[in-house]
Amino acid sequence: MSETLEIIDLFVEVEGKPILRGVTLTIRRGETHALMGPNGSGKSTLGLVLMGHPKYTVTSGDILLNGQSILEASPDERARAGLFLAFQRPVAIPGVKMADFLRHAATNVRNPERKEGEDLMPMKEFRQELRAKMAQLKMDPDFARRYVNDGFSGGEMKRAEILQLAMLQPKFAILDETDSGLDADAVRLASQSIAEIGGAKMGLLIITHHDKLLEHNPPQYTHVIMGGRIVETGGRELADELHRNGYQRIRDEHPEAAAMNDTNTKPEAVTA
Amino acid sequence: MTLARLDFDPSGFANLMERCTHEPTWLRELRSEAWQRFEQMPWPNRRDEEWMRTDIRLFNLKKYHWSPETSVAASSLPLARLDVGVELAGRIATIDGITVLSELEDSVQGQGVFFGTLQQALIAHPAMVQRHLFRSAFDASVDRFAALHQAMCTGGTVLYVPRNVSVALPFHIQTVLSDGGSDLSHLLIVLEDGASATVLYESCGTHVDGDGWHNGAMELVIGDRAKLSFVNLQDWGNKTWHFAHQKAIVGQDAQLQWTLGALGGRLAKVNQHVELRGRGAHCQVNGTMFTQDQQHLSYHTLQHHMAPQTTSDFLYKTALQDQSHTVWRGMIRVDKVAQRTDGYQRNDNLLLSNTSRADSIPGLEIEADDVRCTHGSTSGRVDEEQVFYCLNRGFTRQEAIRAIVTGFFQQIFDRIELESVREALGIAIATRVRQYE
Repeated sequence: MSETLEIIDLFVEVEGKPILRGVTLTIRRGETHALMGPNGSGKSTLGLVLMGHPKYTVTSGDILLNGQSILEASPDERARAGLFLAFQRPVAIPGVKMADFLRHAATNVRNPERKEGEDLMPMKEFRQELRAKMAQLKMDPDFARRYVNDGFSGGEMKRAEILQLAMLQPKFAILDETDSGLDADAVRLASQSIAEIGGAKMGLLIITHHDKLLEHNPPQYTHVIMGGRIVETGGRELADELHRNGYQRIRDEHPEAAAMNDTNTKPEAVTA
Repeated sequence: MTLARLDFDPSGFANLMERCTHEPTWLRELRSEAWQRFEQMPWPNRRDEEWMRTDIRLFNLKKYHWSPETSVAASSLPLARLDVGVELAGRIATIDGITVLSELEDSVQGQGVFFGTLQQALIAHPAMVQRHLFRSAFDASVDRFAALHQAMCTGGTVLYVPRNVSVALPFHIQTVLSDGGSDLSHLLIVLEDGASATVLYESCGTHVDGDGWHNGAMELVIGDRAKLSFVNLQDWGNKTWHFAHQKAIVGQDAQLQWTLGALGGRLAKVNQHVELRGRGAHCQVNGTMFTQDQQHLSYHTLQHHMAPQTTSDFLYKTALQDQSHTVWRGMIRVDKVAQRTDGYQRNDNLLLSNTSRADSIPGLEIEADDVRCTHGSTSGRVDEEQVFYCLNRGFTRQEAIRAIVTGFFQQIFDRIELESVREALGIAIATRVRQYE
């Protein structure tokens, strides 16, 4: 049986405000799914809620990893069970070197049963692997000595996320706008990198506005989310169409979801 | 014969003076003067700016005594931390101010270096000790603790490095308090012109929960072109009262790097004072504090620019958990003659609990007009988005907070050259981080 990540009729609120209104989606390991939608549709929320961000409350529905609910699992347990989120805006952790951070992360993810205080993976082995992965991603070795995301450019942050994806080799990865803030060449490089590090072996959920990120990771499925619901699912051609023509056709066909989406974005625009 | 223990009262002082008849007259006079001061001065109270956040009403001097003998054997000293894997030039250990171990490499001694007790120094280098002790970098009139320290100082450690002598290997000093013990010992370090040395000084209690009273002072005298690297790790037992006057004077083109770790004690009130006396004098201070339970640590720093083109760089970082409270009060003072100086001070506080409190009071007093002085302070909680990011990469919550806290201190570790010091501070900090929900 292949490994699956199932999202079943998921309703999610933040501070009492509904964001997701019944999302259902199944990803099998080895599949690539594109998730597209206008601002405020709930794309990023879906990524964060899959990882168990404390700000979001699941009011109904379920998330199953290989048939087991993970709703009660803490974010770190989910990470050790094989989930990964590449953040749209990764936070900086000043003073913590990328290499030290990754060695700890890789140790925990590879030995989910590791107790705190037990040895980390051997330094030599880790360094070799990190060096190889960085070479593959054409990253400057100095990168490993820098503090996690501290003072990184937009492009460096996204590359750092891909490096972590490469080292942690999750079963399922959600890439939240790994192309945002990058120029066309950088997006192409990111797309290529995701493919090279074995993205195809994972179950990928690629949240994007950009068809370039999909260039080397062609999705078998494209989902359109609007107003907190998936309103349409298609193949690669749907992603191409949305990229070309925008969301007007979807809006016209799903006026209720479009209206819901607009009420979701408005308060954010005011507070932004 | 067992010698009677001394109280810190008039009969105890009289008793001490009888025991100190071998001391030179000038020292006995300094003791007497200070005792008179002590008798005349009131205890500091919360009306004093320096003490308004620090409550010592529960400190009871009558509870403490000084005994000229210690019951703790040198073989049972707690493990030292700063000297792990470090080849040393010399080593001294004291318990309740009594020296129980004193070693100095022959080759270093051969260069004219003195490293030993105050009593030995009074014999080996009487003029040098007379010139500096209680005079160069100490003022008994500052408060009642300083007065009592000078009056009833029970001994101490002296390092003297002659002119142009460089000692590459560090000196290590371990100061230990027994449970309920008192320590009024003095540290005097004198580097003559062009000398250089590294001193690793650490203090702790024989028991983690140890009660005790430390009323100490440090005088660091750094001659022209001399270079001192001084590390001071304070990890007293958590019922210990710690009062200290620590002062350095830095000569022309001389350099001081002063690294300080403050972890222990029930209550600490420390004055750390650097006088940049000679043109081109430089000083860097790296302060790390990590408090917990009901601890109260109060550090008052003064970086005093007294000559032109002097530079100072003070960075204090504090992490707090439980109900602990820290006070950091920093002052940059620039005299009128001290043109073209560059003074910097910063204090960052990381609050790990809702119930901890960090008071940060930076200040400037500048009389010269051609100077660059910058200061600042920050206080904040651990960022939950940072924690979530770490969790997302498989860290447990405690591992995440430990990494974030260690990262917070990294800026200081990056400034410390000695690996053993970075390690000791890093481990002490990491093991302190509690489990938070």
